[in-house]
Order: sequence, then structure tokens, then C-alpha cells
Amino acid sequence: MNRRLRYLVFGLGAAGLAVLFALALAGLPGFGGDSHPYRDRAVHAALAHRTANVVSSINFDQRALDTFGEELILLGSVVGAAALLRPSRRESERPAPDPEARAVPDSVVLLCTVMLPVTVLVGLDVIAHGHLTPGGGFQGGVVLATGLHLLFLGGRYPALQRIRPLAGYQFAESIGVATFATPGLAGLAAGGAFLANVLPYGQFASLASAGTVPVLSLAVGVAVGGGVVVLLAQFLEQALRYSGER
Amino acid sequence: MQVFAYAVGGWLVLVGAAGIVRSHHLVHTVVSLSVAQAGTYVFLLAVGFQWNAVAPVFSTSADTHRAVVDPVVQALTLTDIVVSATVTALLLALAVQIQKRHGTVDPDELRALKG
Repeated sequence: MNRRLRYLVFGLGAAGLAVLFALALAGLPGFGGDSHPYRDRAVHAALAHRTANVVSSINFDQRALDTFGEELILLGSVVGAAALLRPSRRESERPAPDPEARAVPDSVVLLCTVMLPVTVLVGLDVIAHGHLTPGGGFQGGVVLATGLHLLFLGGRYPALQRIRPLAGYQFAESIGVATFATPGLAGLAAGGAFLANVLPYGQFASLASAGTVPVLSLAVGVAVGGGVVVLLAQFLEQALRYSGER
Repeated sequence: MQVFAYAVGGWLVLVGAAGIVRSHHLVHTVVSLSVAQAGTYVFLLAVGFQWNAVAPVFSTSADTHRAVVDPVVQALTLTDIVVSATVTALLLALAVQIQKRHGTVDPDELRALKG
């Protein structure tokens, strides 16, 4: 199909979609109105389980099964990317670059060194308080994993490799996914439903509240942190250690 | 004016799709897909918005009667972002693999399947 024909087909499709979308918008409730039936029910259910962050309550309590599926999607994607990016036999390993060759400004190195512990701390905080303040396992896990890569931005890939024993992070990811399933099975045994919130709810807005929500959030944080580190490691290895076909 | 937020979402989806159609580079294609997916985030959040409502996170049990924006669509958006990130990672890995096998990242130059 040549480009002109492709643009024509796309133009027709896009115009049709735009018209249908405009018609659909005309039938929507007004923007910013106060009729949100799902909101009312979700907030009610979250407060019944003494969860201060309603979004976390939906993710890790009311619709925890969906989050479990999402975890498995993440796991599948990491496995898939690792399989796609493994070096082929035709590739040769590039000699390790001279550490002096890649000059990084001292200011960048300083900033990365200062920000590394701060970012890791913020990531842990976001995971630990996911049921109380905005955040949760997904967000905190990504902050943690990207925080570790500040070492790479600071120009010290060998240092990153030292604090990143890949097998450990692969283990962390699998253990995170498995830990997510464990309270789920406990819920099946005690509450009669997979991922039922069976732990005591505790006091509203305190660290030990919301039952299984912080446990699942922690499990997701470990899994996402491990998964993102493993994922980024595949791309970095591919870019830094292997040259193209020779 | 009220439909502006919805329209931005729809426009982003269409612009992202246009980017995919016009793409000459597979990384550009993947980024265009991310733009199209960003349209769904804007649309979902716009659906849940309410004037003068606060974020669906309570700090004390005293303020639980306040109006909040819809947390259900926010949770959906979070799911959306996670899935989008994983899809992006997989597609970029595929782009790397295509560059290795075919020596090109222009979708128009990829003609035949090759083992």
C-alpha cells in the first residue's frame, strides 16, 4: 500500500471516528457535574474498610483481582522483553569502555550522588504509605527502580552493576508476584473469596489500617521495582555491551 | 467549553494514530502509540472530574463527607499507565530486534517476513 492510499484510508477512518466521538460527547453527562454513582459506592466501600486513599482501596481491595492480572501483564512483558533482547550468537561483546573516556560533568555526578538516597527513600515512603497518601506499590516501585539508575546517569555503570545483581531483582519480582497471591489465597480460605480483605482493618488513617491493602501494596512495590530494574537492565546491556552484527 | 477536556482526549488519540500512520521510524511509531494512549488518560480523568471536589484521599475521618473526584477512573488510569509502559517496553524491544535482523527501522522498508 503506498503512502497516499494509506493516508486516504486513515483520513476517512479518523473523520468517521471524530464524528462518532462528537456525537457520543453530546450524550455524555456534563463535564464536572456531581453525579458519579461509581464514586459514591467506591468511597463508601473504602471507608467501610477504613482505607484513607480510595484509589488504593480500589486497586488493592475492591478490584485486587484486576491488579493481580496487571501484575501478571508486567511479569509477562519483562519476560518477553528479556527474551527479545538477549544477545544473539552473531553479536560480539564490545570491549568495556574506558572509564575515563566518558566524561560526565562533576555537577551531574554530585547531583546524582545526593539524589540517589533521597529518591530511594521517597520510593520506600510512597510504597509504605500507599493506603494513606497518594501513591502505592506501582508508583513507589517505579521511583525506586529509576532512583537506582541515577548511578548510571552519574556515569558509573560499573557501580550500577555492583548494586544491581540481576538475579536478585528477578527473584524480587517473582517473589513480589507470589506474595500478592498469598493474601489472596488466605482470603479464599478465611473469607470465601480470592483476595478478600481478611486482615483487621485497624484505625482509620493510621499506618496499620486498611487490612490487606498495605501488604498487597508492598508486594506490588517489590514486584514493580524488581521488574523495572530487570527491564531497564536488558536495554542498557544491549546498548552498552553488545555491538551490532559484524 | 465544557466538552473541551473530552475533546482534548479524543484529539490526542487521533493525533497519535496519525503519527503511527505517518511514521518513518519504529521508535517514532512507539512514541506515537504512547501519545494515543495519553488521550485515554485525559478522557478518563475528565469523566471523573467534579468542580470544587478534592482528591479521593482522606487525611482524617472528619473530612470524609467532602466531595471528591471519581477514584474509580483514577484507578483505571493507573492501570492504563502500567499497561502502556509494559507495551512500550515490549515494542521497543521488538524495534531493537527488527533493527538487528533487517538493518532498518523504517516500517516502509520492511517488506517480507524473515526468520
